[in-house]
Amino acid sequence: MHYLAIIIGGVLINNYIFSRFLGLCPFLGVSKQVETATGMSLAVIFVMTMASAATWIVNKYLLVQYELQYMQTIVFILVIAALVQFVEMVILKTSPVLYQSLGIYLPLITTNCAVLGVALLNISEEYNFLESVINGMASAIGWSLAIILFAGIRERWAFAEIPPSMRGFPIALVATGLMSIAFFGFQGLFRGILF
Amino acid sequence: MKKLWDTFFNGIINENPTLRLVIGMCAPLAVTTAVANGFWMGIAVIFVLTASNILISALRKIIPEQIRIPIFVVIIATFTTVADLSLKAIQPDIHAKLGVFVPLIVVNCIIFARAEAFASKNNVLLSTVDGLGMGLGFTLALIVLATIRELLGNGSWWGIKLLPASFEPAIVMILPPGAFVTLGYLLGGLNLLTGKTGEN
Repeated sequence: MHYLAIIIGGVLINNYIFSRFLGLCPFLGVSKQVETATGMSLAVIFVMTMASAATWIVNKYLLVQYELQYMQTIVFILVIAALVQFVEMVILKTSPVLYQSLGIYLPLITTNCAVLGVALLNISEEYNFLESVINGMASAIGWSLAIILFAGIRERWAFAEIPPSMRGFPIALVATGLMSIAFFGFQGLFRGILF
Repeated sequence: MKKLWDTFFNGIINENPTLRLVIGMCAPLAVTTAVANGFWMGIAVIFVLTASNILISALRKIIPEQIRIPIFVVIIATFTTVADLSLKAIQPDIHAKLGVFVPLIVVNCIIFARAEAFASKNNVLLSTVDGLGMGLGFTLALIVLATIRELLGNGSWWGIKLLPASFEPAIVMILPPGAFVTLGYLLGGLNLLTGKTGEN
């Protein structure tokens, strides 16, 4: 039940886009087509799950062990950058097909604040290893849900008559705001049962 | 001298990172629930941006081309840690409210973009001015956004009640949807004023 609460919390209630504002640059940048949004989502789910595991281990056995918590930001960003590079090389060697679809998105992920955000939130929520990995994956799935839904909407308004000054970012932000209101409906979900 | 002023105002007006370039959007949307939060976030970004611009431009001839990105990341992360710990010491309440967004300055595209596009190509003085201008532009954008949201969502400015008690605050303005919609219309309004049109 406890793990279910983390999953539902990560995917729907504390959605990274609509309520935590994490990972907005790629959300606005690569959401023009459902296909590219899906590719980016797969890469993000993969990296966020791995990064949650890696940063938890580094935090517990390196930073806490030697009382170096003040180095958290520097160490985490290096771990994430190294992890992304490593994942890129492994995918290139093992599965060229997967690399074709994920490869171009991987370098972008180092600067995706959702990845560093989930690492820092896992530590501040004091999650254990399994909880961190589940939270990382659930948050990434929530992020993916948001970007794929948004890309679907965005594909349709390509043909809509939007006032010239609202085209591009302004209408994208207003649409995100409306979707965020819709996601607010999940706030009371399972209240009293899971939370 | 003219070049210095141009560089300085470029970051505030023509290439305002939040209102014109629309990069590094997480923090401006997340922290602008109150003007004080936006102000301190802006101060932290001015510090990190200026300090990393100075150091990167001072080292620009020594940093090898191939490994410049990891070096930039370490420099920016160091100054972010300094800002994070200093803010925790000076303003513990604000630091708690900003939460994860102070350490997240390290992945803010604005700082990286200035390091890559400006500081690694220009001298120390120009880079300092560029950092200050960009940082100030970011701070001003945050204050404008926070003013609208705090005034409509809470009836106050920097915690001081400005609107009469008969005013019913629109809570949605300080909730996440209010952030997106306010910034959307703000950008749209600016486009209308300057005659700029975005692509679909």
